[in-house]
Amino acid sequence: MKTKRNCYHCGDICTEIISSEEKFFCCNGCKQVFLLLSENNLCNYYQLDTTPSIKARGKFVGDRFAYLDDESVIAKLSLFNSDKLINIRFSLPQIHCSSCIFLLEKLHQIEPGIIQSRVNFQQKDIFISFNPTIISLRKVVELLSFIGYEPAIMLQDSIQNSVKKVNRRQVIQIGVAGFCFSNIMMLSFPEYFSGGNLEQVALQKTFSWMILALSLPVLFYSASTIFSSAFKGLRQKDLNIDVPIALAIIITFLRSYYEIIMGIGPGYLDSGTGIIFFILIGRWFQNKTFDALSFDRQYQSYFPLGVTIQKNGIEKSIPITKLAINDIIVVRNNDMIPADAMLISGKASIDYSFVNGENATQEKFPGELIYAGGKQRGALITLKALKSSSQSYITELWNNAIFDKNKVTADSFIHPWSRYFTATLLTIASLASIYWLWADSSKVLPVLTSVLIVACPCSLLLSSTFTFGNMLRIIGRNKLFLKNASVIESLANINHIVFDKTGTITGQETAVINYVGIELTPHENSLIKSTTANSSHLMSQSLNQFMVDESGMLTSNFVEYNEQQGKGIHAKTPDMEIILGNRSFANADNLNEDVKNSEVHVKINDRYKGYFELKHPYREGIEEMIAAVNKKFTLHVLSGDNNAEKAKLQQLFENNTNIIFSVSPQQKLDYVKILQQNGGRVLMIGDGLNDAGALMQANVGIAVSENKANFSPACDGIIDGSAVKDLASIINYAQWGKRIVSFGFVLSILYNFIGISYAVQGKLAPVVAAILMPISSISIVLVALLGSTMIAKKVDLI
Amino acid sequence: MSALFILLGCSIFIAASFLVAFIWSVSNGQYDDDYTPSIRILFDDNAPIDLIEKNIPNKNISNKKPITNAN
Repeated sequence: MKTKRNCYHCGDICTEIISSEEKFFCCNGCKQVFLLLSENNLCNYYQLDTTPSIKARGKFVGDRFAYLDDESVIAKLSLFNSDKLINIRFSLPQIHCSSCIFLLEKLHQIEPGIIQSRVNFQQKDIFISFNPTIISLRKVVELLSFIGYEPAIMLQDSIQNSVKKVNRRQVIQIGVAGFCFSNIMMLSFPEYFSGGNLEQVALQKTFSWMILALSLPVLFYSASTIFSSAFKGLRQKDLNIDVPIALAIIITFLRSYYEIIMGIGPGYLDSGTGIIFFILIGRWFQNKTFDALSFDRQYQSYFPLGVTIQKNGIEKSIPITKLAINDIIVVRNNDMIPADAMLISGKASIDYSFVNGENATQEKFPGELIYAGGKQRGALITLKALKSSSQSYITELWNNAIFDKNKVTADSFIHPWSRYFTATLLTIASLASIYWLWADSSKVLPVLTSVLIVACPCSLLLSSTFTFGNMLRIIGRNKLFLKNASVIESLANINHIVFDKTGTITGQETAVINYVGIELTPHENSLIKSTTANSSHLMSQSLNQFMVDESGMLTSNFVEYNEQQGKGIHAKTPDMEIILGNRSFANADNLNEDVKNSEVHVKINDRYKGYFELKHPYREGIEEMIAAVNKKFTLHVLSGDNNAEKAKLQQLFENNTNIIFSVSPQQKLDYVKILQQNGGRVLMIGDGLNDAGALMQANVGIAVSENKANFSPACDGIIDGSAVKDLASIINYAQWGKRIVSFGFVLSILYNFIGISYAVQGKLAPVVAAILMPISSISIVLVALLGSTMIAKKVDLI
Repeated sequence: MSALFILLGCSIFIAASFLVAFIWSVSNGQYDDDYTPSIRILFDDNAPIDLIEKNIPNKNISNKKPITNAN
């Protein structure tokens, strides 16, 4: 046997070796890309990172991107469009290292029509300017795909820019608040150190008025988001945490302005602006988003953008939206059926595994109806469209009302806290005023306001924003990407977990295969490999990949070849006869073992040899994960597949798990709904389109994705396939998060207690407020960050 | 002490001009991507060893006849 070599381009192990310039490649595609790069002096690509490249996909069938020649598509996609220049931004989820940046920014050396290309690594996108008279948009996309970076093109992508502008505004608000806060602090120092008696009245006045001027932008610009959120809360009759904060800010500023204008004192503007500054930083910290991921995908992004149709014998590519009823569609191997259609010619074997969770392909014959969403595995077929794709069967699920509304996020547990807090605060304030009304009525107003100022619940807010923000980052490092911080709280509250089977518990890789029986000769191995090569059944394909051709006697010379759907293959070569198939097909009834799932029995030259046992491999570490969550939650498995693996699954889960097979997408959704009506808080984990409704309905819906670039249905979080095993620790971590936040709350209430005890006595000097405020904020931020990091270490997430 | 008034004005003015610069740079998009530029600066224009070996001046690279991709 030859020593194994890794492909110079993509790093995969080479099965057949293609060499060029003393370098080895796994496939012709990788070699072509290497040649392209070396001719353009771009071989630095390979030096920057050890195995940077993405496996080349090889050459395309000519018209895959032909719809990009359509003027309306170009106009929709481009940012700027003129005769001599087109600017366009593509999302390239494959970008992952510095070599990617290097190569993608040197595109102009490969194609002179490209004027400039700029990568944004974190957004995982590329901005390209090119001259359409030299190179077409289609050629640009084909070049990108050729070197391994196929753009994720979505026609409704234009939302992206508005999101970015909002983030910029947030940064500017923080900048303004920080500038004003630090300058106000500086101007307040003389006042503090002189104990409130500056000798020069003029100087004191100047300081005060400058402070006043500096505080205005903070109040009117930086704090505007806090006010609008509080206002929204009030209008919905909901006392959210922004309401007491907005109240505290308004009172702080009003009282300070009054003091400064009347010349009574310096006011509390340093504390007031500081509060706003810290709150804004907390928000920014919490709003870590995974820009490169899309959580709200509709079915449109699952379908291809272009379809090939045949008109008057000529093949033509059109955008999918222009597909009309009765058009003749051409579908090639691995292409998707774009609309419900009738098969006209060719042999269709459609793989619906992503749509309904079934593992086997479905064979269809001319005249039969084929539903949209499946993928053709095999040769070219032609179909007649019966419906447009937006009205196809698969898209009906999206007509369910649940996709129309945004998911209502559960009330955060800081909400009740903030309500109690506000109620207690108002009680203390009124009790103190009543006391002072009786003792010294001139002090009522100062005491009332200073209680409200010092008891600002901003530390409550900081505790949760920093804890959850940090947790979002740590969980993201473990390859679970959550949509926002409130998902962590929902995750901490679940009591039911619903798993999908195909693609979630099982990986999507090839099956694990065991052979039981009489040892096969190399020649027989080759015979099995050649027999299965002609079949598109998933089991044949797995077997074909598994068999090794050691003898080099692969053949395609069959005198007889007969495949019976769902049973097996009967084939004859000039010198041998082989039967591959299920128990009865291979006459293996004499075996008295229990019927197990997915077996392929082999009979060669009328002699029974044995059988291959195909097991869909469960994900690594999934048993431990399930054992860990089994103790705490009620588990359910909903599978669109048939019950072949029931015994295996029951072994994996414990008896109290509900395992249901052959479930339709709608039934999954209803199942989750019923659980919720009985008081369940449901975490749904699934991967396919058949889970889309259930993911949406569940309190937390997490989509499993092998490759972040692939389509995943709308969800609250996207988890990498390899991270499913960590789910138990992640849920555990989410539950800890709540405790950390509560601890922060207790601490902040302690500070509030100290502050209020000064305030009710009428002794809250600005300097006390100015010391207490930053100490409490900073210490709470530290507790939140250190706490969440330490717990992550404890549950083995870092 | 009256010098303080002038100094105050100066300090606020300087700080404010930094704030203006900050606002300008943010709205100009300079903080949109804080990672890629740090990598971009490390790239050489062309593979230096190849250039020395083949003795090709820098400019001529982009004039090279482009090879067609895909098909």
